[in-house]
Amino acid sequence: MIRSLLLASAACALALPAAAETVAIVNARLEPISSAAIPAGTLVIKDGKIAAVGANVPVPAGARVVDAKGGVVTPGLIAPSSNLGAAEVSGVRETRDDGTGSALSAAFDISYAINPASTFLGLARDGGVTSSAVTPVLSGNGGGAGDHADDGVVEEMTAGKSGDGDPPLFGGQAAFIRLKAGATDIVEASKLAVTVSLGESGARAAGGSRGADLVLIRSALEDARAFAARRAAYEQGATRDFGLSRLDLQALIPVVQGKTPLLIRVSRAADIRQALKLAAEQKIKVILEGVEEGWLVAAEIAKAGVPVIVDPQDDLPGSFETLGSRLDNAARLNAAGVSVAINGARDFNNLRQERLNAGLAVANGLPYPAALAAVTLVPAKIWGQADKLGSLEVGKVADVVVWNGDPLETTSWPTSVFVGGVEQPKDSRQDQLKARYVASDQSGYPPAYR
Amino acid sequence: MIRWRSAALAASLLALGLTACATTGTGGPAKPAAAAQKKDGKPVEKAEIKPLPKGLDGQGSTGFPSTYKPFPSRPTAFVGATVLTATGQQIENGVVVVSGGKIVAVGGPDTAIPGDVVKVDATGKWLTPGVIDAHSHLGVYPSPGVSARSDGNEATDPNTAQVWAEHSVWPQDPGFNRARAGGVTTLQILPGSANLFGGRSVTLKNVPSLTTQGMKFPDAPYGLKMACGENPKRVYGGKGRSPSTAMGNVYGYRKAWIDAADYARRWDDFRAKQQKGEKADPPKRDLQMETLAGVLKGEILVQNHCYRADEEATMIDIAKEFGYKITMFHHAIESYKIAPLLAKEGICSATWASWTGFKMESFDGIDANAAILWKNGACVVIHSDDAIITQRLNQEAALAMTAGAKLGIVIPRAEAIKWITANPAKAMGIGDKTGSIEPGKAADLVIWNHDPFSVYAQAEKVFIDGALIYDRKDARFQPKSDFELGQPGQGAFN
Repeated sequence: MIRSLLLASAACALALPAAAETVAIVNARLEPISSAAIPAGTLVIKDGKIAAVGANVPVPAGARVVDAKGGVVTPGLIAPSSNLGAAEVSGVRETRDDGTGSALSAAFDISYAINPASTFLGLARDGGVTSSAVTPVLSGNGGGAGDHADDGVVEEMTAGKSGDGDPPLFGGQAAFIRLKAGATDIVEASKLAVTVSLGESGARAAGGSRGADLVLIRSALEDARAFAARRAAYEQGATRDFGLSRLDLQALIPVVQGKTPLLIRVSRAADIRQALKLAAEQKIKVILEGVEEGWLVAAEIAKAGVPVIVDPQDDLPGSFETLGSRLDNAARLNAAGVSVAINGARDFNNLRQERLNAGLAVANGLPYPAALAAVTLVPAKIWGQADKLGSLEVGKVADVVVWNGDPLETTSWPTSVFVGGVEQPKDSRQDQLKARYVASDQSGYPPAYR
Repeated sequence: MIRWRSAALAASLLALGLTACATTGTGGPAKPAAAAQKKDGKPVEKAEIKPLPKGLDGQGSTGFPSTYKPFPSRPTAFVGATVLTATGQQIENGVVVVSGGKIVAVGGPDTAIPGDVVKVDATGKWLTPGVIDAHSHLGVYPSPGVSARSDGNEATDPNTAQVWAEHSVWPQDPGFNRARAGGVTTLQILPGSANLFGGRSVTLKNVPSLTTQGMKFPDAPYGLKMACGENPKRVYGGKGRSPSTAMGNVYGYRKAWIDAADYARRWDDFRAKQQKGEKADPPKRDLQMETLAGVLKGEILVQNHCYRADEEATMIDIAKEFGYKITMFHHAIESYKIAPLLAKEGICSATWASWTGFKMESFDGIDANAAILWKNGACVVIHSDDAIITQRLNQEAALAMTAGAKLGIVIPRAEAIKWITANPAKAMGIGDKTGSIEPGKAADLVIWNHDPFSVYAQAEKVFIDGALIYDRKDARFQPKSDFELGQPGQGAFN
């Protein structure tokens, strides 16, 4: 019964063309991110875009009114680096497309792997996430499950068992998706960055040492330059041998031209310095992810103008490259002037953790506005989407979340999620399981009939 | 909740009672009750019963006794906090009086405060029992996570009931310090889940110590880690051995219980003959069988990693076949599907709120698992299995509570706090000693700067047996592991 109601409302929502509905969200605290909070105001959505934001905004005639009941309206949260849509069940190899073997390196394009029907898009929306950068990992590198040996994830993710062989030097090319239910194509942009790892993961990919990793990365970037400059000669076999394939070199051209960034996963302070040095020397744009010891080199990161993606939960010396991990890493980086984006958990399909991680960063000293920006406008800027997403501004795409309380608080949840001005259904697979099992049914039939 | 409470009470009485009067037990560091009987009762035959050579009698084993001693404490009254007692009460402007490491009084603002106690003003703060993590691998999978210290899974045989987690614990794991700053005062350290029978758990007080014995919770019963599902069959199937299927798993459990029942019978026969003064040759002591027999005697609690509802139902049938009790299912992600059965059987479910879909057997994980169990009167425990989540079990419980609210299941904080305090204490067989704020219990307490169910909540002061063991505002009470000295950050993490 509950489920059929849910499905009916979902069907209605999907039936509406994206541009049709005019919505006025009233009685809300508005957090525009790009400007100061409006304690009580109205936000109007028209033609899929934000048409008005303010304290004294009239409700347009014919608009559907959503009463926020004193709750909070934020831009849809943006996951700065996830595997959403590219991996379903991390322990089931066949459902994972977020990394590749050594046949491809920089050229691996995760956008082709995105599954708009992933059952975890709805779960992410339930955490207020409306878009995500989807970033390849080095094959066999689950991206942080190192401590969870007991549940077997680590063993299942470990290289060698999956038959992928050695991990490639570069992870591949990142994409950006928007979590539109029912859409046939959710990829907003592709080839947005090439991922690479320094430190222990990078060393593994390079045969065992950081020293080899950085030499091979430099060599690859120089090869890409030579390849771009001598394309005709390459086709005739008149160039020296390059370390990477034609496809991988091609993918690195926008990086060496400074058009798209290298997303560098790095933890140790010394490795962060190497990353900054590489960026300066090669004149490339970089984004740093992980950055557990970033607080030790915060001023240098700030000076280089490099944005970072951090997980504020990281406070364990989980490896020899994260010995200095601290809960106030995000706060210290922000205080030093670094542009900080906050990630959810990449593993366990737990993007809902993103907003809680922002709350944790606040508890450990990050100013509240910076924490909200770290899950909205900062990732939008990092991924080149800030002209459309990341703040509540007139003319931006209406990816908007209505919360029943503080969006960073454990006891709050989104009451309405809009993507492109369309209210999203609340009928995720998890919602349907809940509806089925919360019901007490005396019919004598098993739950499969509910 | 009533159904669970009485069932749990019965279960814990059963466990404790059997522990206290184990006359024929062959498991664990059993108290030599048989010896006492021998002294008190008249010898049946002329000759004194000759003790077995040292080490050959499980009952007489000295084991690895706790050397834990409470840290110095002073009689203290905590005044003005919102107190969650974990007995179902939320007391505003409460008073909790502690003396000799125990709680001596708890109540409202009118509660009498003896004149000679230190008064701690906790106005505006919250006071709860110390957080108890019923599923931890701190020490056995310590930080840093290098293979040289990967001591959690003796993955060499599907049955390693003979290994004890306490022999893998590295007391210098920096994770203990992080957990303590999150309010965790007691932990059950479990072996991993590679095996059908992973080995014995150990219950630790979360105090810095040079030895594991110095952390061991005095008189806590042992647990036996069992594992259902994907992990054992993956590990051994991958080696071309049994189990490689779910049915292979079940065969493995049943075969082991048959062996254990037979082992227990041989010892019982031996002791009966010995008592009668008949000539009898003792069975050879077998550490694997000793642990399993300890379960059959009710002295060792079954802590069963089991994700899927159908596999839980199978495990319940196995327990009935061999006459033992399952105390708790861990990672019990699908328990919500069989909540009434678990309530009826008095079996706790330990779960996360957030993790789902990371392997096939977790694909049906929902954040409302705890809430649906609670609504059905089943026992709920929120656990971590993780050195990060253990630092914020209060928030994991908050998410589980909130998932209920979203479904219209309104769970008071006074109830939800039990999921990380009183309920894990019961499920670890120490519910009579800690886990709630009531007179006679250990003064294991946390002062929080906010509502502990808030994302902004931090443990400000943490007490074990009345002694201050962590203070967020006083560096003297922020212990560091030897490992972290001279390293970046010097072990400071907040």
